[in-house]
Amino acid sequence: MSEITSLTLYELIKNIKEKKISSNEAAKSFVDRAEKSKKINAYVTENFENCLKLSKEFDDKPNFDLKLPGIPIAVKDLFCTNEVRTTAGSNILNNFVPTYESTVTQNIWNEGGILLGKLNCDEFAMGSSNETSFFGNVQNPIAEDLVPGGSSGGSSAALAANLTPVTIGTDTGGSIRQPASFTGTVGLKPTYGSCSRYGIVAFASSLDQAGPMSKDVKDSSILLEVISSFDKKDSTSIDFKRNNYSSELTRNIKGLKIGIPKEYRVDGMPDEIEKFWKKGIEYAKDCGAEIIDISLPHTSYALPTYYIVAPAEASSNLARYDGVKYGLRSSGKNLIDMYEKTRSEGFGEEVKRRVMIGTYVLSSGYYDAYYLKAQKVRQLIKQDFDQAYNKVDAILTPSTPSSAFKIGEKSNDPVSMYLNDIFTVPVNLAGLPGISIPAGVDKNNYPLGLQIIGKPFDEQTVLNIAYSMEEKINYKNNITDWWMK
Amino acid sequence: MVVCDNIFYHMTIDLKTVKHISKLARISLDEKKAEKLATDMNSIFEFIEKLNELNTDNVEPLTSIAETTLRFRDDKITSENIREKILKNSPEKNDDFFVVPKVVE
Repeated sequence: MSEITSLTLYELIKNIKEKKISSNEAAKSFVDRAEKSKKINAYVTENFENCLKLSKEFDDKPNFDLKLPGIPIAVKDLFCTNEVRTTAGSNILNNFVPTYESTVTQNIWNEGGILLGKLNCDEFAMGSSNETSFFGNVQNPIAEDLVPGGSSGGSSAALAANLTPVTIGTDTGGSIRQPASFTGTVGLKPTYGSCSRYGIVAFASSLDQAGPMSKDVKDSSILLEVISSFDKKDSTSIDFKRNNYSSELTRNIKGLKIGIPKEYRVDGMPDEIEKFWKKGIEYAKDCGAEIIDISLPHTSYALPTYYIVAPAEASSNLARYDGVKYGLRSSGKNLIDMYEKTRSEGFGEEVKRRVMIGTYVLSSGYYDAYYLKAQKVRQLIKQDFDQAYNKVDAILTPSTPSSAFKIGEKSNDPVSMYLNDIFTVPVNLAGLPGISIPAGVDKNNYPLGLQIIGKPFDEQTVLNIAYSMEEKINYKNNITDWWMK
Repeated sequence: MVVCDNIFYHMTIDLKTVKHISKLARISLDEKKAEKLATDMNSIFEFIEKLNELNTDNVEPLTSIAETTLRFRDDKITSENIREKILKNSPEKNDDFFVVPKVVE
């Protein structure tokens, strides 16, 4: 048998159910590997001792009817975990220990999952490279000094480095799909309203959505089944009938119509991405799908819209960090001075930049010109998709306009960093489900992902297409464990 | 030239504006940081100006992607006494309250 840590979630569950591996053995393997993988800097907070203890308790009283029986899982540090420090990658929450649990993580523990620890991420999920984290850069296991993507960079790196069998991230503009693409892993952003936002540190509430990240498509379907639920505690949670995603998973996608949006051929897109996309289209055809050219005419307005809507919502959400109720407090000569110093010392540069942009676009005299305008354009972007879905069942695009870049390469140019999310942002604006699957490599041998976008609440079709294409693509990560040498 | 409902010409965001916004956002900034932010914000707004090309006169703003009306709930207390939990993470507190710098002379 191959090493425990390199098993997929599905294989690990099977082995545990057949009593070939105990939960404690699994936990030990992941903890041991994490101890040798500090250089990746995936963890902000380790929960190893507790994980080992709980896995033993599981083995003493196993319940194999659960969907994640005794499975150790590390999660992005944006999910509040009861009595386990939750930082959101920020200095301002450095000492924050929640007294409650996010719904999504609670769903995982209810099904037998055990917390391994909290994974690094961009500060408040604002970033595309994990470089804005207060807790330092994360190494992409693919190659040294390469970013793992962001904001769920600790999650994607931990997954690719076999430090956790699966993980969860959050995706506001691409923060699950882009890091999945950069690390040769699978990442799914569900339809807005599928997974509860309760207990997730808020960034942009009309866009934020939690989702699974995994080594293959089947694992994402298993985890989605666990985390997707209607929740009264989230006022935007939607009460719809959820599939048994993993048991309904099929590779038969014959006759499904897949749209290819011409506007995703953006200016300056490298030739190899264009070629890679064409190859992806061939894979989809091989799977029996019908390919149809479509138009999403407002695509080029998605990023400018996003960079009004997301910072506006962020500036409002982050107003709660005032040094009074929780988090860091700096001393000031009066209340206002204390607020200003706390926020200045507690927030990093990118977060300050976005709070400033958000405050500006919402300030008196500018609201109509910026925020209202952006909401109107957002409507047009959503209508583009609505119209396309009269003709097709799903849409196929590259996940990102390039492969992973070097640490430091884009950190001084915010706009060039933002362009990373050009293919993922429209999906959040329209609230749709989207998955990134690894589908090839670029000239440097770095992974590239394909994105499949679906109709609202149609995660099953998205997963089925991905599952079918995955078999044809047969992608394998070539990770050498260089960080252990 | 495209006709727009809200024509916002790109105005340079000057240092004075940055300082005003930082006051509204309750983030103290030194001179150097304020200058850097002005530069960054200008390049970001230059990028955002692209929206000006679109006529959105007759477009309804999209305020919520989940096309549902917000649910009502009964107006009753559902949590037990959680005062201790709420105060637990406060940087400064006494038995019952958050403590802040003196606000009344």
